[in-house]
This record gives sequence, C-alpha cells and structure tokens, in this order.
Amino acid sequence: MPAKTQVPKLPLETPEIVVTPSRGWRSLELSELWKYRELLYFLTWRDIRVRYKQTVLGAAWAILQPLLTMILFSVIFGYFAGLPSQGIPYPVFTYTALLPWGLFAYVLTQSSASLVSDKNLITKIYFPRLVIPLSSVTSGLFDFAIAFPLWLVMMLIYDIPLTWRLVTLPLFILFALVTAIAVGIWLSALNVQYRDVRYTLPFLTQFWMYATPIAYSSTIIPENWQWLYSLNPMVGVVEGFRWALLGTESPLGMPVLISAIVVIILLIGGVMYFKHMEDTFADVV
Amino acid sequence: MSEPVILVENLSKQYHIGGSQGKFTYGSLRDSLANAAKDSIHRLSRKTSATDSYKILNIWALKDVSFSVQRGETLGIIGRNGAGKSTLLKILSRITKPTEGKAIIRGRVGSLLEVGTGFHPELTGRENIYLNGSILGMQRREIEVKFDEIVSFSEIEKFLDTPVKYYSSGMYVRLAFAVAAHLEPEILLVDEVLAVGDMEFQKKCLGKMGEVADQGRTVLFVSHNMGVISLLCKTCFLLEKGMIEKEGLTSEVIAYYLGNDQKSEGEVDLTKRISSKRLMISSVTISDASGRNTSQIPINDGVRVIIKYKVFSNIWNPQIAFELWSAQGICILSTTDWDKNGPIEKEYLPGTYAYSCYVPPNYFRPGKYWLEVSSSIPKIEVLDIIPKTITFDVIDTGSLDAQLGHGRNGVISPILEWIRLGVDNSL
Repeated sequence: MPAKTQVPKLPLETPEIVVTPSRGWRSLELSELWKYRELLYFLTWRDIRVRYKQTVLGAAWAILQPLLTMILFSVIFGYFAGLPSQGIPYPVFTYTALLPWGLFAYVLTQSSASLVSDKNLITKIYFPRLVIPLSSVTSGLFDFAIAFPLWLVMMLIYDIPLTWRLVTLPLFILFALVTAIAVGIWLSALNVQYRDVRYTLPFLTQFWMYATPIAYSSTIIPENWQWLYSLNPMVGVVEGFRWALLGTESPLGMPVLISAIVVIILLIGGVMYFKHMEDTFADVV
Repeated sequence: MSEPVILVENLSKQYHIGGSQGKFTYGSLRDSLANAAKDSIHRLSRKTSATDSYKILNIWALKDVSFSVQRGETLGIIGRNGAGKSTLLKILSRITKPTEGKAIIRGRVGSLLEVGTGFHPELTGRENIYLNGSILGMQRREIEVKFDEIVSFSEIEKFLDTPVKYYSSGMYVRLAFAVAAHLEPEILLVDEVLAVGDMEFQKKCLGKMGEVADQGRTVLFVSHNMGVISLLCKTCFLLEKGMIEKEGLTSEVIAYYLGNDQKSEGEVDLTKRISSKRLMISSVTISDASGRNTSQIPINDGVRVIIKYKVFSNIWNPQIAFELWSAQGICILSTTDWDKNGPIEKEYLPGTYAYSCYVPPNYFRPGKYWLEVSSSIPKIEVLDIIPKTITFDVIDTGSLDAQLGHGRNGVISPILEWIRLGVDNSL
C-alpha cells in the first residue's frame, strides 16, 4: 500500500459560510469568482477538447466559416453589387471584419446557452455561476487564433503593408470579447427564466450582423446618423479592427467611444441582473 | 462542547409549483409578455389581474428545521421521498437559497449529491478525473497528488485513455465514485449516491466513507438504506414533510420511522407523486389468500404483492424488484421479476404494466413488515424507487407458535419437513 496522501494543509482560520435567504441586489463577489478560477480553467478546457473531438471538421471549421462567408460576400457584395471598401481589396476588407464578428458571435451564442446546457452542474454543485458564461470566452479565442493566420496570408497576397497599429489589436479583441460577454450574461440569465430566448438568438445574431459594417463600410452611413449607428458596440469593434489591421482612415474616436460606453452599461447591468437572478438558477433551470 | 461545525436555525424553503409564471419555474418570455399585457388591460378595466387566475401551489419543502452538528460527527438523515432531505443538502451546499432561516457552516464543504457530476462522455477517463475533481472543488495540485490513488481505486487503469462513452456503466460509476471518494473536505454532504454500482464496489465505497468519518471529518449522510445509515451514523434524524419528526440515536430513529407508518389498507396509490421519470411505479397492493387487499396477513396465508407501473417512453429491459424489511430494520429478502427466468430481453413500450409476486404461507414470523419497491435497469439506472412503499402485518392466527405455546426463534418461520428415519431401542 502506498503511504496515504496527506490532506493539503487546511488554512488555520476555517472559512465560515453563512447561508441566508437572498435579499435584493447582491454584491459582485469578485473574490469568490477568483477562488474558482481553476474551475473556469477546466470548464474552458473541456469546451475546447469536446469541440475539437466532436466535430468531424474540428479545427478546420474555425477557418472554413469565415473563409466561405468571405468568398460569398466578395462575390455578391464586392463583385456584383460593387460596394465600396475604402480602397482596400474587398476580400481582405470583409475578412478583417469577419474575424471579430466570428469571435463575437461564437462567444455570444455559447454563453447565452451555457447556463441551461450546464444545468446538471448548477443543480448539483455550488460555484459562482458567472464561471459558466465566462468559460465560453477562451474557447472563442481559440477559434479566432485558428482563423487569424489566413488574414496574414491574405495581406501577403494583396501586398498590403502592416503598420505599427497592429500592436493595438489586443485592445480591440478585448473589446469584442467584453461586448459578447456583456450581452451573453444578459441572455444566459434570461434564458434560464424564459426558455424561448434561445429561439430568438439565431435571428438576433443575423440581425446584428447586418447592423454591423462587415459586408459594407460604415462610411456609407450618413454623417448625422453615425452616432445612432455607433450605439451598436460591434461598430466600434469592427472599425477598430480595420483601423488596426488595414490602416483605414475612417474617424475612429467617436464610434469607439460611444460603443465603449454602451458596452460598459450593458456589462454592469448584465452582471447585476445575473447576480440578482443567480440564487434562483438551481430552482428554475 | 466546542462550536458546532454546522448550525442550522429555522431553515425553511418554499417552492412554487404550477402556475404560469411562478418564480421558481421557467416559463417563456412570450407568456410573460402576454400576461403583462393582459394584466394592464385588466387593470384598465378594473378587473382582477390575469395572473390571479393561475393557480400557484406553494409547498414548503423544508419548514423550520434546526439542528447542529459537532466536528467529527456523522449525522444521518432519513425520510420518505419528498420529505426535504435533498432540499436540505442543497441549501447547505449553497446550490439554492433558503426562503427563511439561516445556516452557519464552519469549514470547507464538499458535497456529493450525485456521482459523476459534469462527466463528459467525449472525454477520456483521465480527462474526466481532472474535470470532475475540479468541479467537486479539488485544487489541480490536489488532483495530481491523488491521481494514482483514484485510478487504482476505480480499477479502470487499462481504460484510462478511452473516452468514457465507451465505458460500461459499472466502470463509469466506479470512476466517478473514485474521484468523489478522494474528496477531502472538512465537511462532507452526501446524498443517496450509493444506490448505484455493484455490491462489491458499494462495499468498497462504504469502507472509504467509514474511513472519512473516522478521520474526524464531519459527514451529513442522506440515505434510504437503513442498513448503511445504522452502519455509518451514530445519530440521525427523521424528516417528515419538511420538518424534523424525530432525532436521536440511529437505532431509535429507525425503529420509530419503521413503526410509525400511516395506516395501510394493503394498497398504496403512488400516482400523486411529481415525477418526470421514464418509468413510474403507480400502485402497490398486498392481498391475502382470498385476494382481498389488506394489510393484515394471517401467518398461514400466502401474501400476494401486485405492483403496477407506468412506462412513459421506451425502455430496454427494466427490472422490477422489492425488498422486504422487518420492523427491526433487517432486510429479510429481495426479489425481482428476473428471479426465475432471467432478463426479459425486450423493449417495454409506453403503457401500464402489472406484476404479481406470491410469497407462500408461513414464511414470516408475526410482526410488522414493509416493502421497498423499485425498478431499475440493473447496474445502469434506478428508474424509480419508493423507500418504505407499503407495510403489512403478519398476524398469528392459531399457527404453530400459538399451538406450541412457546415462541419460535428466528427471522423467518417456514414450516419445514421432518421425517422420522427410524428408532432403535436397543441402546
């Protein structure tokens, strides 16, 4: 018999947990979330493993999706319809926007459905429930990392120079993620309460895609409507991507600022709503 | 005495059942919006709100439960289905919030409400050990240290890198339990998890659980298995309709639980239970030789047990079984519809099924007995189980006991055949 493994030393002060009825709005309990970071890691890891084991195409899917969309858009909108693309070859122009869009749409879809699909965890184990929608973030990045090299290849083919602005890209990736998670948190909590939310999701993503400058340039929106248009936070994200990756000269400050404010409001509201509903998840889901 | 590790004060939990938009049942946004619209229209016309017409049933799953547990104590919780046992554990493990009252828990809590929570069929055994361990609250380092121990406990070394979807159900349960058994929190909350797995492995798990209790950890243990409860817990309490009905030494509480059943008329209707199961046992009747339903069986009459159940969706090969327990908490026998002819290899289509089992006369000693009826797909899934389904009395009506004027000792009292082989008076 091997020697008995020792229980890791327990901290001297034993944690005291007080269980009481939920009352009103809750604090964010970020420290609690931090304590469960390993669970976040393992759930993310599970999503990635399962995703690449289950699908036949596996990693190829992450590239095929934006690639095929890019080809379709290029033929229809770029070639036949002849939409302007700010002087940049249309395929690169639209692919640059499809990158953050893919990231956004994936994280949004995954996180919205996450609480319901992990209901067996929610009803059997305690942990801060925010871990669940958050775990979809990293697996989205994984797909992004696979689709990104194709962009580099296209830049080479079309012989477009890279600029120093490339270093700001992580900021815009973060922007896309925060946007997705802000909306995802709302929808995941709503989806627990109202199961028809998920049926509206495909429509929502499709609708949102056409409200975002992916197939077209935001410069076609009249000047005095730009502020309204920028209320869609993905406008700021996509414009930011084009600014950082393609060096487009469209004015960036205003749309990004408006988008950022919208996202922050969405995020704070989403987290508050989530924390408010959190206590009932196990009973309802 | 030192501070209790678990202190529960007036804990209550209310559920809303039914109704279109009870707070605790999910609905659809469409209905909610429609109701909101209806409400405002009604309000305009000064009628009662539309939602008033929906009946919402409020049920106290737990009501004013108070108790405390000292460090190192193993406390058992028994009670019928729906008595609130699981709700209590869910509140203590912080999965759900109480409606009233509070609980103070001092120490790291590990809860085991199910074996294999979060197991993913696509992942290998190795991967699932890490995932499940982490879900149960182990640190990664901790899992690494215990990894080999977990694997050898589970006895699945050879299949460690096979996705668990290819595992037999037995292997699956063993692996899941191996991870759970290596959880080493200060307070362990265990729900009915031992109802799975084969006998031998169950024993091994019990040994492990006993070990846990001996190491000075505090354990709260829910089970319908009286044998296991009395083996592991010195004290226990009985939950009845969300309230503590009786607490004290395990043997006393069990005796109380078994002895204090509602009057049984030899028939129990089980259709009123809320069930989302694929198979539901709908009624159990006990009748005497004349075929009359009764809870009083003369000792020299046979007992006929009739079990009816409903199948809601196709099930391959379900087994129906019962255990017969004496009031002293001894399992006298267990039997299944496979006993004589083995598994009926066929698919059960939705419908109502009825089975009858006959126990010959003079089997049991006079006294109180109860049946626990269950249905399962052996080694895979318990489809339905009703602890303490029905009770009956075996009554002495001029049996040998009475005739001979002295008690016959023993658990059962069959009339056996005696033959005088011969006499030799020669000495």
